[in-house]
Amino acid sequence: MHPIFRNTSSMTAYLALWIVLAGMLAALIRVPSDLGWSQALSVSVPMCLFYAFVCLTPWYLCRAFPLGSPRVARLLINQLGAAILACALWIGLARLLAFAMDLGPGLNPAVPQLIVVGFLFYLMSVALHYALLAVEASREAALQTRDAELRALKSQINPHFLFNCLNSISALTSTDPVRARDMCVRLSDFLRNTLGLGERESIPWREELDLARTYLEVEQIRFGSRLNVEMQMDEACSECQVPPLVLQPLIENAIKHGIATMVEGGTVRLQGHVENGNLAIRVENSFDPEAPSPRRHGLGLRNVRNRLATRFGDAARLNLAAADNRYSAEMIFPCHRANPPVTK
Amino acid sequence: MKLRAITVDDEDLARQILREYLEKTGDVEIVAECANGFEAVKAVGEHRPDLLFLDIQMPKLDGFEVLELIDPPVAVIFVTAYDQYALKAFDAAAVDYLLKPFSSERLGKAVERARALLSEPHPRALQAAELAAAARPPGQALERVVVKDGTKVHIIPIAKLDYVEAQDDYIALHSEKKSYLKQQTISSVEEQLDPSRFARVHRSYIVNLERIARIEPYTKDSRVAVLQDGTQLAVSRSGYARLKELLGDNV
Repeated sequence: MHPIFRNTSSMTAYLALWIVLAGMLAALIRVPSDLGWSQALSVSVPMCLFYAFVCLTPWYLCRAFPLGSPRVARLLINQLGAAILACALWIGLARLLAFAMDLGPGLNPAVPQLIVVGFLFYLMSVALHYALLAVEASREAALQTRDAELRALKSQINPHFLFNCLNSISALTSTDPVRARDMCVRLSDFLRNTLGLGERESIPWREELDLARTYLEVEQIRFGSRLNVEMQMDEACSECQVPPLVLQPLIENAIKHGIATMVEGGTVRLQGHVENGNLAIRVENSFDPEAPSPRRHGLGLRNVRNRLATRFGDAARLNLAAADNRYSAEMIFPCHRANPPVTK
Repeated sequence: MKLRAITVDDEDLARQILREYLEKTGDVEIVAECANGFEAVKAVGEHRPDLLFLDIQMPKLDGFEVLELIDPPVAVIFVTAYDQYALKAFDAAAVDYLLKPFSSERLGKAVERARALLSEPHPRALQAAELAAAARPPGQALERVVVKDGTKVHIIPIAKLDYVEAQDDYIALHSEKKSYLKQQTISSVEEQLDPSRFARVHRSYIVNLERIARIEPYTKDSRVAVLQDGTQLAVSRSGYARLKELLGDNV
């Protein structure tokens, strides 16, 4: 459906524009010919109303041949062909009207101008349609970004995690009040940071890492000796700007689909370094290959992938691999450092 | 009379709080604590408890799979953090469920319910396997079947399951030239299997579509499905119609 038809006000405005153009066209026709105003208008108004619809057709052609596609020749041939066809229809209609109204050869002197105008109108409409498509695309992209971020916010606090933590705290209050309090504090830190981070566009890697660390500390109280954490993080990573909560789903997966599936537990290994201007982060965990693959597995990963793609486009990658009871997720994306804060 | 209970949870602290609460009530004795599904199946077989406190998400075997492998009657109380699908089914099928974290009063109520149920002259026989089938989130086909053989537990991934055969109150699961008996009805296992990969071709048979080599006429009205390993399974008229729908006309 053409966007002009989506609401009546845009359709009315569009037709009004063509009525104005019809008036101007009539004036143009009168210059080389000796037709009167009423004769010129009775030709130009039907022509322009007809052309109002012809000039909507580039919408389809422009979508089929987007700008920047590698097939430039085909794009030009198609658009020019369409323009010539449209122009031929336009002149044909002019002739038909002249014949119907018995104008004789009266319109003939204006035909060259009509050809030029018909051609230009069509090409202008093509240009406008490309602009319209670009606006639509950017609006769509903005919507998708917001969507992805929203889903990220929703999925970030995993109810399973939260209620299990509260249960652990409940168990600790009678046997080990100090650890119970400790867990309360850490859980609160995690929740507060998660809620705060989601509102920001991007955050330095060290903040993201801190969040993951707090999360892992909480999980270590829950899982006890079953969860072992190793970290090898290059100092150079610290100031890379990353989308908030981009690491969190990977860590949660490592626990939920990794450590939690193992009777004896296992190790979550977190590695990071900067290489050729790219930040490379690797999360590795042990897992039980015989455990049924959970359906919801994809949600967190899809989220990470979407957010990296909307932020970095093709420059970002997320590689997943499973071998020998080890599962690894590696994300690589450009490390942009924030401008140093202006000192006053 | 003291109830004998087994607690099953992979988290140490979760077992600890159950122990603390139950010791306080005094009328429930914990005969075993298990940290995973395998231990639970074994412990239930050894101790024959009245009461089973069962977590759902655990390593090796999840709570539903444990249910499939233990023999009734045992009163099951689910202890879980958050399971929006399962909750509905618990209402219908389990004695009770506890949402973590829970109070000792709430646990007391659950124990009372279990006690009342167990003291009935004919305890509503808790058919564990059927309960597990009811409790599974809907629309989620099985990815593996668990079956107990003596004290051993076998896990059969769905891709390795050739066909299922009904044998009175049991089903025989055929996989890699072996067969495993399990107490379950063929209809309930049919409901659990992915309908695009398995078809009920006969009152007594469900077959893995990938295993079918060809279909041959048998009598005027019936056919047989020949599997890749040469096994022949009877195909009823409605079973054949189902196969045609799934595999197209080239069967």
